[in-house]
Amino acid sequence: MADTVRTYTRKIGLPRLIISALFIAVCIAAVIMKQDFRLLVSDVLRRFGMFGILALAMIPAIQSGTGPNFALPIGVICGLLGGLIAIELKLTSAILGYGFIPAILISLPFAILAGYIYGRLLNKIKGSEMLVATYTGFSIVSFMQIGWVMLPFKHPEMIWPIGKGLRVTIALDSTYGKVLNNLWAFKIKGANIPTGLLLFFFGSCFLLWVFSRSKTGIALNISGDNPKFAAASGIDVDKNRILGMVLSTVIAAVGIIVYSQSYGYIQLYMDPLYMAFPAVAAVLIGGASTKKAKISHAIIGVFLFQGILVVALPVANDMIPEGNLSEVLRMIVQNAIILYALTKVGGGD
Amino acid sequence: MLNNIKQEVKKYYSPSTIKRFMVDSSVPLLFIVVCLLGVYYSKLPAVFIVDTLLERITRNLFLVLALIIPVIAGLGLNFGIVIGAMAGQFAILMVKHFGIGGFPGFMLCIAISTPIAMLFGLMTARLMNKTKGQEMISSMIAGFFANGVYQFILLFLVGTLIPIKNDILVLANGVGVRNTIDLSRNGNLTYSLDNLLKLPLFQVLAAAAVIALLAMVADYHIKKRGKKASSIIQYGFKALVCLAVLVTSIAVLTSKSPVRNVKLPIVTTMVIAGLCIFNSIILKTKLGQDLRTVGQDMHIAKISGINVDRTREIAIIISTIFAAWGQIIFMQNIGTLATYGSHVQIATFSIAAILLGGASVSRATNGQAILGVILFHTLFIVSPKAGNNIFGEAQIGEFFRAFVAYGVIGVALGLHAWRKTMGGRKKKTTVVSE
Repeated sequence: MADTVRTYTRKIGLPRLIISALFIAVCIAAVIMKQDFRLLVSDVLRRFGMFGILALAMIPAIQSGTGPNFALPIGVICGLLGGLIAIELKLTSAILGYGFIPAILISLPFAILAGYIYGRLLNKIKGSEMLVATYTGFSIVSFMQIGWVMLPFKHPEMIWPIGKGLRVTIALDSTYGKVLNNLWAFKIKGANIPTGLLLFFFGSCFLLWVFSRSKTGIALNISGDNPKFAAASGIDVDKNRILGMVLSTVIAAVGIIVYSQSYGYIQLYMDPLYMAFPAVAAVLIGGASTKKAKISHAIIGVFLFQGILVVALPVANDMIPEGNLSEVLRMIVQNAIILYALTKVGGGD
Repeated sequence: MLNNIKQEVKKYYSPSTIKRFMVDSSVPLLFIVVCLLGVYYSKLPAVFIVDTLLERITRNLFLVLALIIPVIAGLGLNFGIVIGAMAGQFAILMVKHFGIGGFPGFMLCIAISTPIAMLFGLMTARLMNKTKGQEMISSMIAGFFANGVYQFILLFLVGTLIPIKNDILVLANGVGVRNTIDLSRNGNLTYSLDNLLKLPLFQVLAAAAVIALLAMVADYHIKKRGKKASSIIQYGFKALVCLAVLVTSIAVLTSKSPVRNVKLPIVTTMVIAGLCIFNSIILKTKLGQDLRTVGQDMHIAKISGINVDRTREIAIIISTIFAAWGQIIFMQNIGTLATYGSHVQIATFSIAAILLGGASVSRATNGQAILGVILFHTLFIVSPKAGNNIFGEAQIGEFFRAFVAYGVIGVALGLHAWRKTMGGRKKKTTVVSE
C-alpha cells in the first residue's frame, strides 16, 4: 500500500500533488464562504490564458537542456518593443487586430536575434545557466529603463505629456487592449468565456506540439535529455540549445503581447523584472523538472497556479480584510516550488 | 644592496605583471574612471560628496564584509544575507516594542538578532547543502521565499496569533505591522551607535597615519636582522601610502574648505575594523583552513577528514549573523525602518559593491569590499546629478546605477561560469590525452 502511494506520488510529482490539494482546499473554502463562482471562473480562465503563453516559453528551453528560462525578460522586452512600435506606426486598424498582429510580427525579428545571441552566450556557461540567466534578465530590464526614456517614440498616448520618455503604464483601450479576450467571447450562466484568448493559447500549444513531433523537435529534445548520446548520434547539441532559446524567447515575446492585451495595459520600466519567476513556478507545479518538461506541464501548471491565486484572493480577503494575503501566498508558493525543484537538480556530489 | 632592490623592482613591475594587474583589476579600474567622470560632471560640492560618502560607507560596509566568508568556503556570493537582514529587523521590531533606546537598545538588538540569525543561517545552509553547485541561485530564491514568510508573519500573524498591542508598531485595526517605523520615537535607536563618539575625519586620518608610520619604523628596526630587498620595497610602499594620507589630511585641515569638518563615527568604524580583522584572523585558524580547503575542493576536503557539510553550515551561519548585525547598523543610521522594503535590495547592492571592488565568485578580500563600497556609493551619489547634467534627465543617472548593480553581477557570474566551463573542458581534454 505504502509502495503504491509512493510510486503514485513520484509519478504525479510532489509539487503537483500539494498544489492540487491546496487548490481543492481553497475551492472548498470558496464554496463554504459562498463566493460568486461565475466571477471566479471568468477570472481563472482569463488569467489562465494571460499567463499561459509565458509559461509555455519555458518548455523549449527546458527541453533543449538549458533549464527553465529565467531570462524570460529578454523575450518580454522584445515583445514590448513590438507592441510599442506597432502603436507608434499606427498599424492599429481593425483588420490587423487593432495592432495585435503587427505587434507580434514586429517583435519576432527582435526575439529571434536576442534569443540567438543569448543562446550562444549560454553555450559558453553550461551548468550555471539558471543564475546567469536571472541576472541577464535583470540587467536587460534595468538597461531598457534607459531605453524607454531615450528611444524616439512620439505617439501622444505613449509618452509623458511633460518630460521625456515613455509612460510607466500605457493604456491599450484605443488599440489592441482585450482584443483576444473579447473575440467570440460568450457567457455560460454568467461566467465569461474568453474564447479568442483560450483558442490562441491552445493554438500556440498545438503549434509547439506539432514542432516537437517534427525531426528538428525530436533532435532538440534528445540533445536536452542526453547531450552525450545526442552528440554521439550526430546531433549538434549546441545548435539545438540555441534553437531552444530562440523558440523560448519568441514565445515569451508573443506571451507578453497576449498578456498586455488581456491586462489592457503595457507595463514598462521595472515591471518585467520578476516576470520569469511565476512562469518558472507554473511549469514546475505542472510537473516539469529543471531537466524535463512537456507542454501539458505548462497547461496544468498555469491552471493550478493561477487558479489558486484567483480563488484564494476573495477567500483570504474574507478571512483577513486588510493586506494582500493572495500576493504573499503567491510569493511563498512560487519560491517554495522553485526551491524544491532546485534541490532535485542533483548537481552536487 | 641597491642592485638587489633594482632587481626586485624589475621583478615586481615588469610589463607582464603590470599587464596581469590591469587585467585582474579591470573592473575596479573601469569604475574608478566612471566614478571620477561622474564626480566631475555632477558638479556637486566636495564637502557634500565626502560627507554623504562617509556616512554611506560606515552604514553599508559591515553588510558587504559579511559576504566574504561564504566566498572563501566556496559557496559563492551569499544572496542569503537578505535572510540575515530579516533577522536583524525582527530584533529591531522587538526592541521597538519593548521601547528601549540608545546604546542599550542597540546592544539588545544585537543580542536578540544573533540566535534568530543562527537559526535562519542553519536553515539556509541545510538548503544549500542540498543544492550543491547551485548555491547562489538557491540562496537568492530562498531570500525571495523568506521574504514571503516574513511578510506573512508581520502582516497577518502579528495581532492575530502573536498578540502585540502597540500603537507605534501595529496598524490601526490591530493586525499587521506598519509600513514604516520611525526608530527615533519611543526609545531612540537612531544613531545609537554612530553618535557614541564622533571625531573630525581628517584629524583621525592624520593621527592614524602617524601611528602607522611609527609602528612601521619600530617594526622595521625589530626585524632588521632578517631583512630582504622585497620587504624594503613593501615597507617603502606602505610608508608612501601613509605619508600620502598624512599630507592630504594636513592639506585639508589647513585649508579653509568645509571638508575638514566632516566627522567620522568612531565606534562604527571600529566595529567595521573589528570585522575586517576577524575575516583575516579566521583564515589562520583551524576552521579557516577547513573553510579554504572546502572552498577549493570538496572531494579533497572530505578525504582529508573535514566534515564538509558542517563547515559550509558554519560559513553560512557566520555570514547570516553578520548580515543581521550589519542590517541593524544600517538601520540605526537610516533612522526609519521600512518594514517590508528595507531588506529587499541589500543582497543585490552589497554583492554589486563587492564585485565592483574587484572580487569574484571564488575570491573576495576585505580590501575589495572597502574599495567596492566606496566606488558603488560614489556612483550612487553622483549619478542622478551627472545624468541630469549630461542628458538633461536625472532619471537616466538613476537607471544607470540600477543597471550597473545588476549588470556587474550578471557579468561577474557569467565570467565565473565561463571559466568553470573552460576549466572543465581542459580537465576533460587532459584526461583524454592521458
